[in-house]
Amino acid sequence: MKKIMTIAAVIVAAGFVTNAAAQELTGTLKKVKETGSFTVGYRESSIPFSYLDDKQQPIGYAMDLCLRVVDAVKADLKMPGLKVNLQPVTSSNRIPLLQNGTIDMECGSTTNSVKRQEQVSFGPTYFVINVAAAVKKNSGINTLTELNGKTVSTTSGTTSVPLIKSYEKTKDIAVKEIYGKDHAESFLLLADDRSAAFIMDDILLAGQIANSKDPAAYKILPESLRQEPYSMMLRKDDAQFKALVDKTVGAIMKSGEIEKIYAKWFTGAIPPKGINMNFPMTPPIREAFKNPNDKGVQ
Amino acid sequence: MNFGIFLEQIPDEGIAWWQNLASGLGWTLSTAFFAWILAFTLGSIIGVVRTTDRSWLVRIGDAYVELFRNIPLIVQFFVWYFVVPNLVPAVKAWVIAADPTDFQFLTAIVCLGLFTSARIAEQVRAGIQSLSQGQRNAGYAIGLTQTQTYRYVLLPMAYRIIIPPLTSEVMNLIKNTAVAYSIGLVELFFRTREMAEVTFRYFEVFAAATLIYVVIAFSANRVMAFIERRVAVPGYIGGGK
Repeated sequence: MKKIMTIAAVIVAAGFVTNAAAQELTGTLKKVKETGSFTVGYRESSIPFSYLDDKQQPIGYAMDLCLRVVDAVKADLKMPGLKVNLQPVTSSNRIPLLQNGTIDMECGSTTNSVKRQEQVSFGPTYFVINVAAAVKKNSGINTLTELNGKTVSTTSGTTSVPLIKSYEKTKDIAVKEIYGKDHAESFLLLADDRSAAFIMDDILLAGQIANSKDPAAYKILPESLRQEPYSMMLRKDDAQFKALVDKTVGAIMKSGEIEKIYAKWFTGAIPPKGINMNFPMTPPIREAFKNPNDKGVQ
Repeated sequence: MNFGIFLEQIPDEGIAWWQNLASGLGWTLSTAFFAWILAFTLGSIIGVVRTTDRSWLVRIGDAYVELFRNIPLIVQFFVWYFVVPNLVPAVKAWVIAADPTDFQFLTAIVCLGLFTSARIAEQVRAGIQSLSQGQRNAGYAIGLTQTQTYRYVLLPMAYRIIIPPLTSEVMNLIKNTAVAYSIGLVELFFRTREMAEVTFRYFEVFAAATLIYVVIAFSANRVMAFIERRVAVPGYIGGGK
């Protein structure tokens, strides 16, 4: 019964999208209207999605898209003076902070999974990653199975952890996992030769490599443990706000404006050090832009 | 709220969540145990050294205490785990060859042991200095050497006096092991966060972890109170009530 009610609510709310302000406000939009402020949760080192520049301001691909949503909220609620707060979050606290209302939207590198959808909701997929392994070129490792018996590092609290475990099972290999508390620490373990590989989302690996002292010393193995869609995280059961996000971001994708935003962050020099991610659009990403959706990975 | 989650199996691992937390508890307790031995031994030596009549030893002891007391614990963990191996080539070579879990365990013991030893050294010094100067002089007067005076006159009383603050240190040490999650040691707090992030049952998971920490810290408190009663000198201060 509850499910039917939810579906009904979604359908009803979808009808209100065009002019939410004229209708009874619910959820996030109601909260924003009452408090006069909107809080965006950002990541401090998820390059190039959401990270701090040399002036300690959060910038990035996800931030660009989220700020467009903020503009849409301002227009929708007719509140041009809306106060926008920026709150740093980590992979461990992003879900609790969203649920308890500290932040209203999380803009970073969060995987949209079916399991997470039991807790939160997501906007349209804005990036698709492969979970892959970064190794040192001089290690001579070319496939994942060659990691058998070696140490691999990954970041605790990420979806890579269970993926590595199930990969070990299916391929009948055994690796020793060690955990960094953030991506920079996990990469440091690889750079110091304390792990043979760092297993993480390929774009985050590319970011760490581009930022390292000697980017040419590393490579990302072509094998993928899994594809995962990234999206902005929203509170669950908040159809009105979700519809606004879907409409705003969907329009950017359909109009092709996304090409420019993508190129700015993934194939051009980005602040603060002017590094280049060299990460042209992959087919699954192109597909996600053609048909905006919020399907989560299993 | 549903505490049945602890009985559920972890996907792909073949054990239940409570077993995962129990293994974390094992790491927490063994880290605290070995760190305590290190901290108590080193802390006693340095505390004694700081009350001797050799001024250069006193200065070294003071410097040691200030060094470890004034740097945040999480920073010390980072230094031992990431900086020391890069500064000392021999350690680096050993780290690469050693089992990574062993190195995390050892790092946690050394880091917590040294951090806590500075605090114990301060208490041992305070305990010895709280005794009247007459006790030391009495020891020398009956012909004991400085070492014997410490062994038979000063330390037996000083340790009894500082049992209450030492109890706090034992409890602090147990709770401080949680910081070892930052170097990836799979102790109780690491397992707690892991479980919360996979199941999203933050309330249940952290409620359970809170309870476990309270129980072990309180048990340590009771053990110390028992020791305090057993060694109490009738008519003297203390007694662990």
